[in-house]
Amino acid sequence: MRKDQMRKDLFGKIFIGAMLLLLYLPILVLAFYSFTTSANIGSVHGFTMDNYINLFSNEELREMILGTVLLAFGSAFLATVLGTLGAVGAFYAKKAAKGFVGIMNQVPVINADVVTGFSVCIMLVVVLGVDKSTFVPLVIGHVVLCAPFVYLSVVPRLKQMDTSLYEAAMDLGATPRQALTKVVLPQIQPGIVSGFALAVTLSLDDYFIASYTKPATFDTISTYVVNATKGSQTEIKTALWALSTLIFLIVILVVAVMNLSGRKAGEKD
Amino acid sequence: MGMLRFSRKQLCIPYAVFLLCFVAAPLLVIIYYAFTNGEGQFTLENLTGFFTSPYTIGTLAYSFAVAVVTTCVCLLLAYPIAYILARSGWRQKSVIVLMFVMPMWINFTLRITALKEILTMIEGNLAFHPFLNTIIGMTYDFLPFMILPMYTTLLKLDKSLLEAAADLGADPVQVFCKVTLPLSIPGIISGVVMVFLPSMTNYVVLDMLYNSTYIMGSLIGSFFSAYDWHNGSMIALILLLIILVFTLITDRYTEEDTGNRGGALL
Repeated sequence: MRKDQMRKDLFGKIFIGAMLLLLYLPILVLAFYSFTTSANIGSVHGFTMDNYINLFSNEELREMILGTVLLAFGSAFLATVLGTLGAVGAFYAKKAAKGFVGIMNQVPVINADVVTGFSVCIMLVVVLGVDKSTFVPLVIGHVVLCAPFVYLSVVPRLKQMDTSLYEAAMDLGATPRQALTKVVLPQIQPGIVSGFALAVTLSLDDYFIASYTKPATFDTISTYVVNATKGSQTEIKTALWALSTLIFLIVILVVAVMNLSGRKAGEKD
Repeated sequence: MGMLRFSRKQLCIPYAVFLLCFVAAPLLVIIYYAFTNGEGQFTLENLTGFFTSPYTIGTLAYSFAVAVVTTCVCLLLAYPIAYILARSGWRQKSVIVLMFVMPMWINFTLRITALKEILTMIEGNLAFHPFLNTIIGMTYDFLPFMILPMYTTLLKLDKSLLEAAADLGADPVQVFCKVTLPLSIPGIISGVVMVFLPSMTNYVVLDMLYNSTYIMGSLIGSFFSAYDWHNGSMIALILLLIILVFTLITDRYTEEDTGNRGGALL
């Protein structure tokens, strides 16, 4: 019986290992080739850092990366403010208002991003004539994408909150505003933070909304990569391998830091 | 606070207005466009056109085929992964789960680029197997979304039920089919929702892997670039209806808060 168990465990480990390998193989192979002079996978040439140097010296690439990051943090910030206010307000609002915000909030969540991007573009650009080059449609599109997820990550925190604390603060002479910022806000803060983080990743990963709402001369990482795969510039192509590797390393770093700090916080409790 | 008495519920006004202007209004606009023609007159032509044209119906069928096959492949791969991880006593299992989720945070176009390079090396020319490559690409893109909800459900599964079934004489296959599988249905459904709908619309995967066949997502784009807002809106509306029906059906089976789109770990 025990032998059977061990065999099962070994089989499980091999299966999981193989799946992880398949999942990471493309990323790792690309990472390896990003340090070589080769422009095609399979043929090995010499070691080089050129791809990384190109990534930061090519103005077009630099602007594209910076623009994507700025857009992500900017729209995530707006989405966090709107989503959090919405969640707190709706939590205390009457049933009808709460229902309206709750249902409307679900629309971009379940909707396909193509439809969200298309409908925002049709309304703002086609009907209202807003110029795409003002970045207004793009930012609004990304806030529409992100704010609902901030709302959804704040709501559970509000539900867990001890409501009597707010009343207690008021009884002790706090103004409603003080009670909100000193009592409610600290309790929902983890939800706000994770909502913001989620908003940033959603904006960074978006292709569909950006493709319908972005200015013609501006590219996010997603739209740039899709265009670059159609082009034939090998220098750009291999610089993007370097970008993929850098993002992979950043993700590992962030996950590791989050995990370690989470573990420390867990030890304190 | 001056003249106006400050009230907590007023805080939701900005967000409610925002939702009204940029979620509700755009929907009304595409409904309007979907049922009018170039002269602004009411028409059902866009609707009947969609269901009578072999081109658009073919696209719908192809989207369904891609979505069904992708979902099945993801299910067949993700269920064993989630099952093994949830049942194992490995000390580092949360780290392994994290490793399965981590690729979601790398921009998907870059991940598909990586996959494309590997597939090109293996196949030489990607154009020979467009459907196969699309399925591989979609699976590669969406697999983590399937693993996570199933893992969460399987982890919560009450182990004493399995022991009870075994004690009452069920063999391991019976225990799995009659206890484990039925109890993991909520996780399976959430996984299916998160894979099926995006694989009907994520045309970038097809684009990047040189599959020139349209799916529903690219169909909207093709009307859009032809300045045909009316037919474009009709496609968007039909897609929205499919999503709505799918969500309403599956909502009954899923647990309340299986976080969508990678939110579960944050």
